[in-house]
Amino acid sequence: MAVTLSQDGRFHRQLIFINGLLPMVLIGFDAWRGKLGVNPAEFVTRATGVMTLVFLILTLLVTPLRKLLGWNWLLKQRRLLGLFAFYYCCGHLLTYLAFDRDWQLGTVFEDVVKRRFIAVGMFSFVLMVPLAVTSTNAMIKKLGGARWAQLHRLTYYITIGGVLHYYMIVKSDATYPLWFAAVVAVLLGYRVVVSLRKARERVAVGVVK
Amino acid sequence: MNPISKIPSNEITPEETFLNRRFFMKTAIWAGSVVATGGMYRAFSPRADVKSTGSEIATVVDSTFQSSLGADEKVNSFGEIAGYNNYYEFSTDKSAVAAKAKDFVTDPWSVEVGGLVGKPRVFGLEDLLKMESEERVYRFRCVEGWSMVIPWVGFPLVKLLNLVEPKSEATHVAFETYYDLKQMPDAGSAGIDLPYVEGLRMDEAMHPLTLLATGLYGKTLPNQNGAPIRLVVPWKYGFKSIKSVVKITLTNREPPTTWSLANPGEYGFYSNVNPKVDHPRWSQARERRIGEAGSRETLMFNGYEAQVSHLYAGMNLEEDF
Repeated sequence: MAVTLSQDGRFHRQLIFINGLLPMVLIGFDAWRGKLGVNPAEFVTRATGVMTLVFLILTLLVTPLRKLLGWNWLLKQRRLLGLFAFYYCCGHLLTYLAFDRDWQLGTVFEDVVKRRFIAVGMFSFVLMVPLAVTSTNAMIKKLGGARWAQLHRLTYYITIGGVLHYYMIVKSDATYPLWFAAVVAVLLGYRVVVSLRKARERVAVGVVK
Repeated sequence: MNPISKIPSNEITPEETFLNRRFFMKTAIWAGSVVATGGMYRAFSPRADVKSTGSEIATVVDSTFQSSLGADEKVNSFGEIAGYNNYYEFSTDKSAVAAKAKDFVTDPWSVEVGGLVGKPRVFGLEDLLKMESEERVYRFRCVEGWSMVIPWVGFPLVKLLNLVEPKSEATHVAFETYYDLKQMPDAGSAGIDLPYVEGLRMDEAMHPLTLLATGLYGKTLPNQNGAPIRLVVPWKYGFKSIKSVVKITLTNREPPTTWSLANPGEYGFYSNVNPKVDHPRWSQARERRIGEAGSRETLMFNGYEAQVSHLYAGMNLEEDF
């Protein structure tokens, strides 16, 4: 018997895969036809950075959507969304090494120490690496579900770091980073509210005892 | 009792129809999502090439100016110069300014020149376009770390200042950009105080390299490049070269400047191009020349050291950045 659309995990995966790759494909296509604008280096750097934030936000959207709308099928796709965030973050890092550092890899450490916004961005990237490494089924089994989930809560700090990194590089018009910050604040605020409520319930139960 | 068994068999969707419908829905979702994602990418990706709409400037004479460009330095194309602009009154997105400034009214126009001068005067656009002009090919270095080579058309600011007869007590010149929220509806989100103001020391203003530009590539300026008249100070970061000037005032004190008001720790009054003094958030040692693959070294005073370094003799350029 055919599965319903909301249970069709393969379809969801393909959908995320195609739409996740599409921006990179379009960047490649525009590069090939020389239409990346007057300053291609700047455009590709910003585009990959923004895509990283978009995918981080999508991973943070999964839990609220499950809890509020019952879309439990999203859970299966969360790792793929996270891997896309990592994929675009690697692209972003490559643009930094190529365009900003001219492949002088020896100067990266000095740059991280010197510039706070680079340090914040690098902090987020470094935290993403263990999450990408542990994204396989085998690693979940090895770590155990609870520990794995705990480790992957680093996503909160990664996302905050990413938005801060964006905010810190803006010259004066912070409209876009502030929009990202507002969305992240809502998504993390939701989790704070839920955990506070749980804590209160625990206290209430304790009092009854 | 199982309620499903109550559905008459003729109302059950045949499997084939069901699968067809499913196929149709999937295809629709596929197509819809790809169009949405691609559309969002397009909305945020760079715009199409910008074409010139300027008119020929009649008063251009042969210039005796030596451009001092290196053999490996090429003049940037019109599309590059007019398609990538920092003009925060219209947009903070450099590739969006051209379209947003398209209908900006630059004629009629007048520039009020006053303050500590003997003969204050309001110059109409026709007066300014009547001034004997010449082509000056200058390097243009943005504080953000990119640069271009631009064939400006204009005349030295000193020619205009001489017409109003500066008083001897004048030490500085203040400039102001046109500002009108009706014509610049996005100016509110620029994040800087407007109208845009800039300033020079008197000797900087009188320097023969300091230009009032009315055109580029032989034609009147595109709106996004600061039409109808702008300042060009080639040895300073681009933001000192104030656009669409409406007011020039000679004073006896250092005038306020927009970017140092916005962030005094990052942008100083002088803002001379200097590879040895970094912006707090990025290095100024190298620059990305628009149109080139790699980066190149930034030159002291943007390559005009021989002409201007005497203006700053004895000054600590790390303090007076």
